[in-house]
Amino acid sequence: MVDVSFDVEPGEIFVVMGLSGSGKSTLIRCINRIHEPTAGTILLDDTDVTRATMSELREIRRNRVSMVFQHFALFPHKSVQENVEYGLRIKEMPNDERSDRAEQALEMVGLGGWGSYRPESLSGGMRQRVGLARALAAGTDVLLMDEAFSALDPLIKRDMQDELLNIHDKLGVTIIFITHDLNEALKLGERTAIMRDGRVEQIGSASQIINSPGSEYIHDFTRDVDRGRVLTLWSVMRPIKRIDNPDCSVDEAMKTINAIDGDCCVIITVDGEPERCISRENLIEAAEAGISNCSEIGIPTHALPMSTVLMEALTVVSEGECLTAVNHRGQLVGHANPTDIISALMQADFPTAAAHS
Amino acid sequence: MDKIVIPLDAWADSFIPWLATNFRDFFQIIKTPVEWTFDQMNSGMVGLTDGIGWIAIIAIAWRLAGWKVATFTAVSMGLLGGWNPILPHLDVWDATMTTLALIVTSVLISVIIGVPLGIAASKNDKFEFVLRPALDAMQTTPSFVYLIPIVMLIGLGAVGGVFAVVVFAIPPMIRLTNLGIREVDQEVVEAACSFGATPRQVLFDVELPLAMRTIMAGLNQTLMLSLSMVVIASIIGAPGLAQLVLRGIRAMDFGSGAVGGVGLVLLAIVLDRMTQSLGQSDKDPSQTRSLSKAITKLKGLIRIGGANSSSL
Repeated sequence: MVDVSFDVEPGEIFVVMGLSGSGKSTLIRCINRIHEPTAGTILLDDTDVTRATMSELREIRRNRVSMVFQHFALFPHKSVQENVEYGLRIKEMPNDERSDRAEQALEMVGLGGWGSYRPESLSGGMRQRVGLARALAAGTDVLLMDEAFSALDPLIKRDMQDELLNIHDKLGVTIIFITHDLNEALKLGERTAIMRDGRVEQIGSASQIINSPGSEYIHDFTRDVDRGRVLTLWSVMRPIKRIDNPDCSVDEAMKTINAIDGDCCVIITVDGEPERCISRENLIEAAEAGISNCSEIGIPTHALPMSTVLMEALTVVSEGECLTAVNHRGQLVGHANPTDIISALMQADFPTAAAHS
Repeated sequence: MDKIVIPLDAWADSFIPWLATNFRDFFQIIKTPVEWTFDQMNSGMVGLTDGIGWIAIIAIAWRLAGWKVATFTAVSMGLLGGWNPILPHLDVWDATMTTLALIVTSVLISVIIGVPLGIAASKNDKFEFVLRPALDAMQTTPSFVYLIPIVMLIGLGAVGGVFAVVVFAIPPMIRLTNLGIREVDQEVVEAACSFGATPRQVLFDVELPLAMRTIMAGLNQTLMLSLSMVVIASIIGAPGLAQLVLRGIRAMDFGSGAVGGVGLVLLAIVLDRMTQSLGQSDKDPSQTRSLSKAITKLKGLIRIGGANSSSL
């Protein structure tokens, strides 16, 4: 690997995507030094992992960073419960606390009550749930996932991805996820790094990678991406302003809307809850019709999580509704208008392919 | 042109006496625990009242390998003299017990030395590289060649016999321990490491349990090689059934040879069946629980042993 540098924010899902041989598995193993990097630095907060002594490194592995493996890497001679407890046993946690934590972790991945089974009697998807529970039970704040879902059937893979996103929402752990599947990368990753031959080709959000591929190589990849299932509201949403007064004047709304450049709208909220959405056109029409009060204009809103993929957003929203995006705490962050969504979906190939032909 | 001959024979001739004189104390020290172990086992097993030893072996066979092997053990061991005085037999019980003591001592030493060496070889490629030709030499050097140095360094009798047996029988123990640990799925080892396990924890939690089937196969091989080697070791005075075979060769006494031979074969089959079951598990076809099974079985053995000694 040469010249691979990136920062991962706390609580972020950062995906490293590349084909086999691109160095992504080596990269993730360098982070907890299962592979010894020959050069470079890895900082975990202010701790330099690359310089840690063996015992410091063990402390980091016990308390900060845990890992989920491609082929599950469960201990075949231990029960599911013992597998999940393993990280805690290494930390010498007392028995009853340990089994409580393990049971919680198993609950979380939907395997409550399976503790006494052997890994061999579980299906692939369930085994990887155990692998995930084992990493979660360790209570670390960074989760390294090495092609964790690549060995699973497509349907189970999708379930696991959704489940991972849920768990991430609940726990807020930082996840570094390795995959060779671009769709998976763009679905899970807040940001994705694309690797090739041990180098990073591009780092960016799903929409950045799809809409402005950094190289020919990435463009080739993104051609096959099903944009409707990959791009999220977040990538097309526009800023909003809110006015917490249903009876505000048209002038006031106009002033608020003009404070932001470009196409946007104001959301009329009542006690913080969105009620109506008013666009610039609405306001102009109202002014021409001589209406001076906002209580009668605008369209109802439909709130969706900003991680909703565009395809789903289009099917859920009905005509005459304004689509708003909320973050995982339910706060309004933006709105998306149907034209933007359609153009994002249609954009397949168009700016760059035109340039090539 | 004159031939220039390397005087290997002369070197060897002077080297062994040199070793014997200068390292006398060393050989005495390593000899003592071996002698003690063998004497304890031999006198313990030979001194048992009629039938007790027989029942103990059947119980062990039943515990380790189930009732089929136990039945076979009962018949074959009875035939060698275990069921005296109830049924007719070959009257070689004491010799059988002595051979068993010799073999158990040899296998014990092979495990104590062989498993750590195997672990070391699996962890260190250079060490394995050095060890491998040594093991090849131990298995291929005609055993008669090292019988004489052993006599000079250790002496005649059972202890010299144990050393000769260990030299010949220890290689599979080392090789299969090494192989077993190297064969453990690397991702599983990485998983243990990734949770902050120390090398010792990785070894005992993951590598040894997962290598246990292969290690047990090594134990079985070592045991079988020991049985074939006791016959050759009888030349330097190793006691037991093999002495009957040796008498058969020396005095053209085919009868004696046949009795000794039959005894060794029956003992070999019994021990083979018993130890094979250590590596496998009868109920669980995936055989991933071999360590816990083996430990349960060994615990059972210790209980039986305890019960026996207290009943005496």
